[in-house]
Amino acid sequence: MRTPSPLRAAFRQALGEAWAGGAGVLLPIGFFAGAAMLVPFTVGSEASQLSSIGTGILWVALALASLVSMERVFQADLEDGALELWAQEETPLFLVAAAKILAHWIISGLPLVLLTPPIGIALQVDPGALIPAMLAYGLGGLAFFLWGGVAGALAASVARGGLLIALLALPLFVPTAIFGALATVEGPGGPSLLFLAAATLFALAVAPFAASAALRLAVD
Amino acid sequence: MIRAFANPHRFMALSRWLAPACLGVGALLIVWSAWQGLWIVPQDDYQGGDIMRAMFIHVPSAWLAMASYMGLAVTSLVWFVWRHELADMAAKSIAPLGAAYTAMCLATGSIWGKPTWGTWWLWDDARMMSVLVMFFLFLGYMALRAAMETRQKAARAGAILAMVGAVNVPLIKFSVDIWSSIHQDASVLRLDGPAMPPVYLTPLLIGGLGHMVFFAGLTMMLVRAEVWRRRADVLIARKLAGA
Repeated sequence: MRTPSPLRAAFRQALGEAWAGGAGVLLPIGFFAGAAMLVPFTVGSEASQLSSIGTGILWVALALASLVSMERVFQADLEDGALELWAQEETPLFLVAAAKILAHWIISGLPLVLLTPPIGIALQVDPGALIPAMLAYGLGGLAFFLWGGVAGALAASVARGGLLIALLALPLFVPTAIFGALATVEGPGGPSLLFLAAATLFALAVAPFAASAALRLAVD
Repeated sequence: MIRAFANPHRFMALSRWLAPACLGVGALLIVWSAWQGLWIVPQDDYQGGDIMRAMFIHVPSAWLAMASYMGLAVTSLVWFVWRHELADMAAKSIAPLGAAYTAMCLATGSIWGKPTWGTWWLWDDARMMSVLVMFFLFLGYMALRAAMETRQKAARAGAILAMVGAVNVPLIKFSVDIWSSIHQDASVLRLDGPAMPPVYLTPLLIGGLGHMVFFAGLTMMLVRAEVWRRRADVLIARKLAGA
């Protein structure tokens, strides 16, 4: 029997787990919406105040929600031995790491981006600005998942590594958060969107290699 | 050069006298700089009067904070490529010292900022943000090492994280520089010579040198402690195997 390629296996597994026990899709959505819901209670409900900070709240909620289920992405593969098999395949491990992170982003990250307009409207942000802002949230979210993936791979062999992942990943979120917040304020024509895209491309170039080095460490 | 220091026996023989010497010389220089700064140099009204004397701690700790992250990245790279155990021990030792100097930089900066700018903390200041992010990078590095089961895994995971952090530092720096800054421009070293009068500059540079030497001495002490710890582990393992 021919074993499926690790890349396809990674995608199929992530998509298959989307509705499984851990509720891969629903958990980050619930966290994202819940975190945003708390904000009006804590900073006040004046429409002018909320509309000025609404896009920033979405960035914070997106950054935190991207880490919610990161702990399980590589840990599950380490526990059931899949990682060990992938490390011996001909397919380079960095491609497998990239595929795992991208698949996880499609399941847990993209729904959050689709959710930014309704939550943004609830936070009194101008609805016309929210649709173009989805591009920025998508780019930024991908960078969050890539750096989070590196942290998740580093903490794969650590029991209860969830908070460790947050501590490792959050400093790496800073450039994306800055450019992203500026880009959503400037709108699609501004230079910050280009900087945001550059930061995401940088993450795309570095993170898979760092994650694969960390995964090799986890299987040893 | 790396080869010569990579030999633990040679390192132990050298650091046996070099580490205390560095600590002594560094402490002398720091005390001299603090004495000059606190009692001798005239107060500068433009920089907020007597509070500018905080500079003689604040500026060296900022230098050391940056230098120690560089040191962490370089020792991690050396360990990752050549697997010299001393490089890993140095990285492990630098991390808490760097975190301490980074915390000291933030604390003295806040104390200096309150009377001169009227606030303890400025979120739109690029340098404060960079140092704060660096503080979290140090904390993450130490937490990751502590979470790993074995020494070898701690070394590998720490090296990967330190290198990922190091390639991100320019991007972090650039992104926070985008923010406007009300901080004064860096005024110690410029192409057309120092902008600071020598009466301030000399104690500052001597103090910076003192902190560097003291830092080197502390690092060597911690590496020595790590070498002894590993030797003790070997002895315990041997004893258990023999029993």
